[in-house]
Amino acid sequence: MSAQRLAYNEPTLLDTLAAWLLALLWILPLAYAVWTAFHPAEFSTRFALAAPLTLDNFRRAWEAAPFARYFLNTTLLVAMVLVVQLVLGTLAAYAFARYRFKGRGVAFALVLVQLMIMPDILLVENYKTMAKLGLVDTLLAIGLPYFASAFAIFLLRQTFMGIPKELDEAARVEGASALQTLWRVYVPLARPVYTAFALVSVSFHWNNFLWPLIITNSVNARPLTVGLQVFSSVDQGVDWSVITAATLMTSAPLLIAFLLFQRQFVQSFMRAGIK
Amino acid sequence: MRQGTTAGSSTAREAAHAWLLLLPALVLLVAFTHWPAVSTLVDSFYSTPKGSRAGVWVGLENYQVMVGDPVFWKAVRNNLWFAGATIPMSIALALVMALWVNERIAGRAFLRMAYFTPTVLPMIAVANIWLFFYTPQYGLLEQITGALGLPSHNWLGSPATALGAVTLVAIWKEAGFFMIFYLAALQSLNPSLREAAAIEGASRWYFFRRVQWPLLMPTTLFVLVNAFINAFRMVDHLFVLTRGGPDNASILLLYHLYEVGFSFWDTAYASAITVVLVVVLAGIALFQFFVLDRKVHYK
Repeated sequence: MSAQRLAYNEPTLLDTLAAWLLALLWILPLAYAVWTAFHPAEFSTRFALAAPLTLDNFRRAWEAAPFARYFLNTTLLVAMVLVVQLVLGTLAAYAFARYRFKGRGVAFALVLVQLMIMPDILLVENYKTMAKLGLVDTLLAIGLPYFASAFAIFLLRQTFMGIPKELDEAARVEGASALQTLWRVYVPLARPVYTAFALVSVSFHWNNFLWPLIITNSVNARPLTVGLQVFSSVDQGVDWSVITAATLMTSAPLLIAFLLFQRQFVQSFMRAGIK
Repeated sequence: MRQGTTAGSSTAREAAHAWLLLLPALVLLVAFTHWPAVSTLVDSFYSTPKGSRAGVWVGLENYQVMVGDPVFWKAVRNNLWFAGATIPMSIALALVMALWVNERIAGRAFLRMAYFTPTVLPMIAVANIWLFFYTPQYGLLEQITGALGLPSHNWLGSPATALGAVTLVAIWKEAGFFMIFYLAALQSLNPSLREAAAIEGASRWYFFRRVQWPLLMPTTLFVLVNAFINAFRMVDHLFVLTRGGPDNASILLLYHLYEVGFSFWDTAYASAITVVLVVVLAGIALFQFFVLDRKVHYK
């Protein structure tokens, strides 16, 4: 009986085989790209154990397009968006969580609208707005539609509401202002949520493509994703070794961060999704 | 900085403070979500402005153009096909992955990483990798099918397989993402359920069907809504893999919107297509809000 209980629902050999087969299939395209990127072009589609390793493809990709500028643009963009989202989200979430005022329900409903009509869809009108503001082809234009994040407000509001009111009142008794209380009591207690949101936001904006493609038209503002697409479509059908090297290069920061902090990534995506 | 308020101060001052806190976020939301949503609808009743001439009221003409546009209908059919394939496939795969990774399976950490990795990569990068994978003659797929003695096939270049090929990429990208929600839900199930099932001698399938699956229902609904939204939002890979072709064989709605709005610069017609997309997404959200939300528990 006890042996049976221990074995209950344990994966069978067949499960293990199937799970491994699926996992290998899942990383196969990636592994193929890694192979090609780290070997000389003559081995790009030929497998030989003796094939020499090389970083030459990365060097050539780096020299063939202004990737340094693209990296800088993406880094600045991601940092700018995250900081503004967190500041605006924190202030708004605090108002929703701890103030009672007329129109709160309506205001909150207005915020939630963004969860269903994302900026990703409203391309035509947002382009017109940016053109009127003279912001086309700037980093600010890429970030602006995402600055106020309904998702951040929602997530932080839920968290703030779960913080005991007594802590808030204790801080007020000691003479802290609303903003001081927010900064000293709420923000530290919500730190895991900030981390979670930060990881999700950074991944999203690092990977975002369609809006940046539309609103940028020069190297000055182009983020990595758009730069990569321009680079690999100009060289269409040419050197796969260099294209895969460029592809891995653009994904590397996120991929390395993910491999190092797997648990945080998975938990953040989970927390962000479950709301 | 504003002067702080103490609890119990006048409600008018409280309200003023609250609105001040909300102001920056609300202004940006109105400017880049509410206003464009409304002006999209308005613009869809006007003609496209040409040069300095503003658009004129044309009523439903843009919608008539849409109804008569074979590419639009192709995009709608493709998008429904795309949704019909990605949603059940990615959810089923996610569930199976989660059930495996939830158990003490050999190499569990590696399996979880392998399944989840596609999620963190940019879709554009992923599409490059798959383009290489699908390439005729050189691609890994051709090498494998060639080794098996199968005839060569241009997966992305032939109208019969282009849509299937881009759908596969989407499933590959999404399944690992949905897996983590199932995994979280499975790990939060009460362990005594499993003990009870063991004592009762319930088969594994019975335990899944009668215990795990019903308890996972809120997760399934949540994942379902997300999969639906993604089916109408995920088009980045088309830019690299097929550009909607060949002959619009793999075109999706948002990609069509991009072409009309930013390749042909017919912004009025593009507004009409945007309205359709907004209605679809709002419909999904309202369905979630009014039908499903009661069943999804907040954690």
